[in-house]
Amino acid sequence: MTIAFDRRRFLAATAGAASLPLLGRALQAADPLKVGFIYVGPIGDFGWTHAHEMARQKMQSELGDAVKTSYVENVPEGPDAERVLRQLAQGGNKLIFATSFGFMNAAVKAAKQFPKVKFEHATGYKRGPNLATYNARFYHGRAVCGTIAGMMSKSGVGGYLASFPIPEVVMGINTFTLAAQKVNPKFKVRVLWLSTWYDPAKEADGAKALLDQGCDIISQHTDSPAALQACQERGAFGFGQASDMSSVAPKAQLTAIMDNWAPYYTMRAKEAIAGTWKTGNTWWGLKEGLTQMAPYGAMVPDNVRKAADATKNAIIAGTLNPITGPVKDNKGVERLKPGVGITDAELEKMDWYVEGVQS
Amino acid sequence: MTLDVYVSIFMTVVIAATPILIAALGELVVEKSGVLNLGVEGMMLCGAVAGFSIATTTGATSGGYLAGAAAGAALSMVFALLVLSLSANQVATGLALTIFGTGVSSLTGRPFVGKTVQRLGPLFPHPLSDHPLLRALFGYDAIVYLSLVLTVAVAWFLAASRPGLVLRAVGEGDAAAHAIGHPVIRVRYAAIAFGGALAGLAGAYYSLAVTPMWADRLTAGRGWIALALVVFAAWRPWRLLAGAYLFGAVMTLELQSKAAGVGFVPPEFLAMLPYLATVVVLTLIALRGAGGQRAPACLGKAFRAGG
Amino acid sequence: MPFKLEPRREPNRTMLYASPVIAVALTALAGLLFFAALGYNGTLAIYDILILPVIDATHWIDLGVKAAPLVTIAIGLAIGFRANVWNIGAEGQYVMGAIAGTGVALHAGGTEGAWALPVMCLAGALGGALWAAIPALLRARLKVSEILTSLMLSYVAIQVLYFLVRGPWRDPEGFNFPQTRSFTDVESMPILIDGTRLHLGIPIAVLIAMAVWVVMSRTLVGFELRVSGLAPNAARYAGFREQRTVWLALLVSGGLAGLAGIFEAAGPFGQITPNFPTGYGFTAIVVAFLGRLNPLGILIGGVVLAVSFVGGELAETSVGLPSAAIGLFQATLLFLLLGVDMLVWYRIRRIAPAIAPSAAPAVVRSAS
Repeated sequence: MTIAFDRRRFLAATAGAASLPLLGRALQAADPLKVGFIYVGPIGDFGWTHAHEMARQKMQSELGDAVKTSYVENVPEGPDAERVLRQLAQGGNKLIFATSFGFMNAAVKAAKQFPKVKFEHATGYKRGPNLATYNARFYHGRAVCGTIAGMMSKSGVGGYLASFPIPEVVMGINTFTLAAQKVNPKFKVRVLWLSTWYDPAKEADGAKALLDQGCDIISQHTDSPAALQACQERGAFGFGQASDMSSVAPKAQLTAIMDNWAPYYTMRAKEAIAGTWKTGNTWWGLKEGLTQMAPYGAMVPDNVRKAADATKNAIIAGTLNPITGPVKDNKGVERLKPGVGITDAELEKMDWYVEGVQS
Repeated sequence: MTLDVYVSIFMTVVIAATPILIAALGELVVEKSGVLNLGVEGMMLCGAVAGFSIATTTGATSGGYLAGAAAGAALSMVFALLVLSLSANQVATGLALTIFGTGVSSLTGRPFVGKTVQRLGPLFPHPLSDHPLLRALFGYDAIVYLSLVLTVAVAWFLAASRPGLVLRAVGEGDAAAHAIGHPVIRVRYAAIAFGGALAGLAGAYYSLAVTPMWADRLTAGRGWIALALVVFAAWRPWRLLAGAYLFGAVMTLELQSKAAGVGFVPPEFLAMLPYLATVVVLTLIALRGAGGQRAPACLGKAFRAGG
Repeated sequence: MPFKLEPRREPNRTMLYASPVIAVALTALAGLLFFAALGYNGTLAIYDILILPVIDATHWIDLGVKAAPLVTIAIGLAIGFRANVWNIGAEGQYVMGAIAGTGVALHAGGTEGAWALPVMCLAGALGGALWAAIPALLRARLKVSEILTSLMLSYVAIQVLYFLVRGPWRDPEGFNFPQTRSFTDVESMPILIDGTRLHLGIPIAVLIAMAVWVVMSRTLVGFELRVSGLAPNAARYAGFREQRTVWLALLVSGGLAGLAGIFEAAGPFGQITPNFPTGYGFTAIVVAFLGRLNPLGILIGGVVLAVSFVGGELAETSVGLPSAAIGLFQATLLFLLLGVDMLVWYRIRRIAPAIAPSAAPAVVRSAS
């Protein structure tokens, strides 16, 4: 553990004296930047929290002695989160990452209480002078997946396991569908709302249900690799979520959208040390490496790899906005005129589905 | 939809029902002995992680199931010691057991995250197990058939065997059973161990068959459904079988109908259905005055001889 | 082993107070060894979990915030437990209280009156009591076990909450995120000291504890409830009606759980989200037993659990303990607190080897 040796604590433990910690705190002025993380799940979830934990470790190893990181996992969203954020701030952390949407109000309250501490909230929309938000453009990855799905699906129907109809999920569904339709204009997507982010058995059964209903490629916006395993069992294909899940379903994973928060964490810690940290909203994607694609599975043919790479490279080069008109929604209303790309503001409150989405 | 799809949906129902049935059978025996163990979820998680870790390290999936059952039984002994030997409150201890089991599984499971394991193959040979139609009956692994055998065994044990009679006597009136010389505490120890073993086996079915992997809180609350199911079935093994398949069917058909684009029932309603149905069944039993279907009289109460 | 447990006629007074201390000490020792075996600094972990939150005043309000709902619920439950009424569905009543109170806030039409919060709290208590009335009715009229019905109804209540926050009550300006709008200032629990989390629910929990203590120990109703639990036959003989006891116990415990629910929603949460059901209703059962079903004991029991939560988080950041290890520590604490309690009711006696020669089980209390 990176936090195994802490001088203040070490003193308290060895001397066994309750008054020493206070003394130790005063001696700490020139110490490394303390960075705290709070996680909503266990670091062993092989999904969302796992990805943040990997990024924390990477940041710690890149910045070495300059930072000292610690984390609290399994923090329930709500008042408990506010307490943990306060405790981290009181414990001397100067930069604190709250890594789940449900920590938003807790982060807002804690940021007001500790104006000198810099807070960062993932996927939220409330900001303040010392509360920044950050997110990754996962939908970039959905465009790459959609390209592959459009080319590899025989039935022309893709399945989509989804959690809740929040903008993040909706933009993923739309991007996936549009990218697939670029290859196969008749491509349709069936969305199955599971009303959960994590329930492996339900995710597996949901994938089976979609396969039974004629889908042959499954995309997912839930956290476990269970759906991929179900695909593998049935000889169908799917895409990994948050991590490279090929170890669990090597014959099913075409590629995976990987969350890689490390570049952002490293940059923000450096800024905090240098005194150049500013609040704001960061939304990075494939170009900055916050969203990454896992290696293609062995079953992906060369022409598909080329097309997928082309989509990826165009997004990285900035020449492709994956949601560009003409776009009609699934009720027939024109949403984007030909040649018009969607704006970030429109994405952030997206609540409609493109033509071809059945949800 | 083709016939093939119906067969496939049917098989999904069976797989979904099997672990719930196994865990509920164990809890049924425990409750029949007059003990309420609310720690099913914790024991399932321990069974899941023990099964997965043994199966991945030894490569023997069947060994994993044994380990899962053993882990569940071992954990249940912590509960038994507290509620039987130390007369601790069953509800509080059961809840603590779930916290304990969740912690143990998460801690021991860390090295196994992101790995997978070979499922057990179908029990029956090739022409039967992958026949397009007959696979609905012959296409499962041994555990599915074991769950059916266990149902028969538990039904017979409770209804017709002498030890089963003693167990029920202990659950219906511990003081009376004690007075005529039945070893109340020992019977309950045995029942709790059996319940723990089956909960562990059920948990292992999740990590070794339903979703062959380990991740934290893999069973996602199925232990509580198993608890509800025991009551829903009015403590009768055959109804338990029917109830498990009914719950499995409702869960599967919800997803199927939504995937087909015809689902209108709010998912929350379906999720509350097992629990709501259980309350309704309890009420109906009471209204009909069917005495034999009531909860075991001593359920949840500590036994103190002479106290 | 040549030992035997023997029931005491009277609970052992010394043990009544010593047993929790023994349990905490044993847990600390076990935790120290366990954490050290995992490769962490065990001394420091135990210091952070059990001692730091108590001696460092910056954590006291956190303890209060965490303990208040547990105490409020547990006091209600303990009333029932004493009368042999086993409401284990406080989680559902807690959730229903929050739903009822929030419903008032959302549907009262944005009136900015000082009455908003009191009405919400009233609705919360009523909501919890009504949800508890279902098991009460089934037990009083049909003799259906309230253990099972109240537990099952908890899960129903949680699903009702999910339905409301994902559907009809979803904040229209919340980008479809499943959560209600935030409560306004007049709808929120007042903060007693600016800049802290000290809300009104905390002193109220203490007041409730004292009030219930007085009622239970000094009034006829309290006597009736206690007698119903200790000696149901005597109670019937004395003319106390069992049905009345059932109703009273469930409505009071449900009402208090509902009150805790709306306090928590309008207080620390500030809105309802799908994460609102945090298991306080279940944890409160443990708290009730830790406090030996005595309102003042429950105050202490609630604080002990709060210490383990707050301290657990401190140990996660300082020593890097995984949260699962803290969960194990808490469960061990509960096991030992529940288990060591037998010293109050039983004495351990050595059996002379000549009398009990062979395989006498460690604990002989059955027919063996």
